[in-house]
Amino acid sequence: MSIAETKTEKLDGWNRPPTMEPEGEGELLEIAMGPHHPSTHGVFRMDVTLDGERVMRLKPVFGYLHRNHEKIAEGAAYLASMPYTDRLDYFCSLSNNWAYALAVEKLVGQAVPERAQYIRVILAELTRIQNHASSIGFLIQEMGASGTPLMYAFREREKILDLFESLTGSRMMCNYMRFGGCRVDVSAAWLASARKVVAGLPAFVDEFEALLTTNEILMARCQGVGVLKPDLAVNASVTGPLLRASGVNYDIRKVDRYGIYDRFKFRVPLGDHGDVYDRYMVRVLEMRESIRILEQALPEIPAGPIMDPKAKIRGFRPKPGEAYGRIEAPKGELGFYLISDGSPNPYRYRVRPPSLINLTILEDMCLGQNVADVVLIFGSVDIVLGEVDR
Amino acid sequence: MKTFEEIKTAIEAAVPGAGVEFVPNPSPSAQHSIRVAPDRAIEIARFLRDDSELAFDFCSNVTGVDWLDKEISEKVKVKRTVTKTVDGVEQSVEETADETRKRVEPGYLEAVYHLFSIAKKHGPLVIRMRTGNRTDRVELPSLTPIWRGAEFQEREVFDLYGIVFKGHPDLRRILMWEGFKDHPMRRDYVDPDDYEYEPTAHDAVLKRAQAHQAAAGK
Repeated sequence: MSIAETKTEKLDGWNRPPTMEPEGEGELLEIAMGPHHPSTHGVFRMDVTLDGERVMRLKPVFGYLHRNHEKIAEGAAYLASMPYTDRLDYFCSLSNNWAYALAVEKLVGQAVPERAQYIRVILAELTRIQNHASSIGFLIQEMGASGTPLMYAFREREKILDLFESLTGSRMMCNYMRFGGCRVDVSAAWLASARKVVAGLPAFVDEFEALLTTNEILMARCQGVGVLKPDLAVNASVTGPLLRASGVNYDIRKVDRYGIYDRFKFRVPLGDHGDVYDRYMVRVLEMRESIRILEQALPEIPAGPIMDPKAKIRGFRPKPGEAYGRIEAPKGELGFYLISDGSPNPYRYRVRPPSLINLTILEDMCLGQNVADVVLIFGSVDIVLGEVDR
Repeated sequence: MKTFEEIKTAIEAAVPGAGVEFVPNPSPSAQHSIRVAPDRAIEIARFLRDDSELAFDFCSNVTGVDWLDKEISEKVKVKRTVTKTVDGVEQSVEETADETRKRVEPGYLEAVYHLFSIAKKHGPLVIRMRTGNRTDRVELPSLTPIWRGAEFQEREVFDLYGIVFKGHPDLRRILMWEGFKDHPMRRDYVDPDDYEYEPTAHDAVLKRAQAHQAAAGK
């Protein structure tokens, strides 16, 4: 039976994770994993209560990187927040840019020219590939395979970051998209080098999979670990590869069809067991689908303007109203909620961070597991603290 | 998705006296919202989640908005009787005049929920709740029992805006440290001069260490 057919009992019982009973005698041990634990990808703490090796209770603690991004954005003009969105999920600055631009375009009802739409899709999919490759690399690193898979992933990520750098001037803090288009046009030479990089990607994914997918240790450590049931995942607002690994078919690229995603043929990979291994597998398959989208988008890209000529740069004051724009970022649903009161600054600026909301369910996934598996389960959620803490 | 009229009728049929109010959104996004009465919010939320046609099983985004006291000055046409001298004769004449009147709309805090349906692939439905004021009547019911995904987000709204969610299983500060006094996302929040100051527990830790060492016989 696939996991999508299983049902957990009453929904309203879900507001708490189950209480664990200790086995045998002895004392419970409370440990703080973090904030400087090497597996936490930054400054993040898990207060774990252990019964021997078994996890009885786990509370995530964060906020160490909190800088109140939303407050800063409410004191700045709309465009002035664009470079700051790069710093949310600093692995995927281009998808952050897109989500923010999309929300503002919804707020003012702005169209985006064809060529800019293509550029956005190409950059977002390249971002997705490098994010998934490195997140798998980190996951395997945490499993104890020091170096090799992560270095393979970073070798490929480097090629993609070189593309970003030659286009936007920065490897990670791209600050590239604008309301109604993009900042600079792509050259023919850039497109040629992008095509070359994309042509090399399938071989990389093959190599990556040959190393990992049927690796005995990886299978033993990942299969059946950190299972997340689909109805609980939906109820806990989990999104992205984590949700799809539990077998829920929900990809915002397919549901909202924002940008021009309705023009490309691609499939949504789904997991069958909802464990760490499925999350690994869904990410690998998503990389393959992203390559497919890139192979369709790169040759088709039309000539034309990259900015809406009617787009207003100076004196940008949206009419009063509000808008919620969301995209399928590599880590899940990234949304921006904006309220305008007619002034040059947003009255309310809210980031819906997928990393933070996916952590809601971390405790439920870890209960009853070994403490060594907590590191793996946490790694399979794929978070970036810049986005969790904002 | 059903129209807002249909959603409103469906809610009022399922939860009598729900007090659902339509809030139009003039922006081109046309994402209108409904305002619900806080005391019926749990029932309404459960209906929205469990109804087979609406099926809003996915609570994507939870956030707060701070609306300050608003001073509204409006021009009102007033009729008044004036005594005037017309052609040497005193007459009382009615005339209309513009008068500016000022009134203060009290501020409030608002919790906003963006709901989507994964089963039916529609959305967003925006529901809003208002607190009584910004100072002492800041309680709203927590929707975490309905959507677990609201747990951390409601904690964040509590932390940054100071809305107290009744029925939340674990309402603590999430981004600011424990012991922090104010709510930094409020519009009238003023940075303290010593905002880098963070109380540390060193006195308590020292006391515990001394007690421990005394017990260990050192």
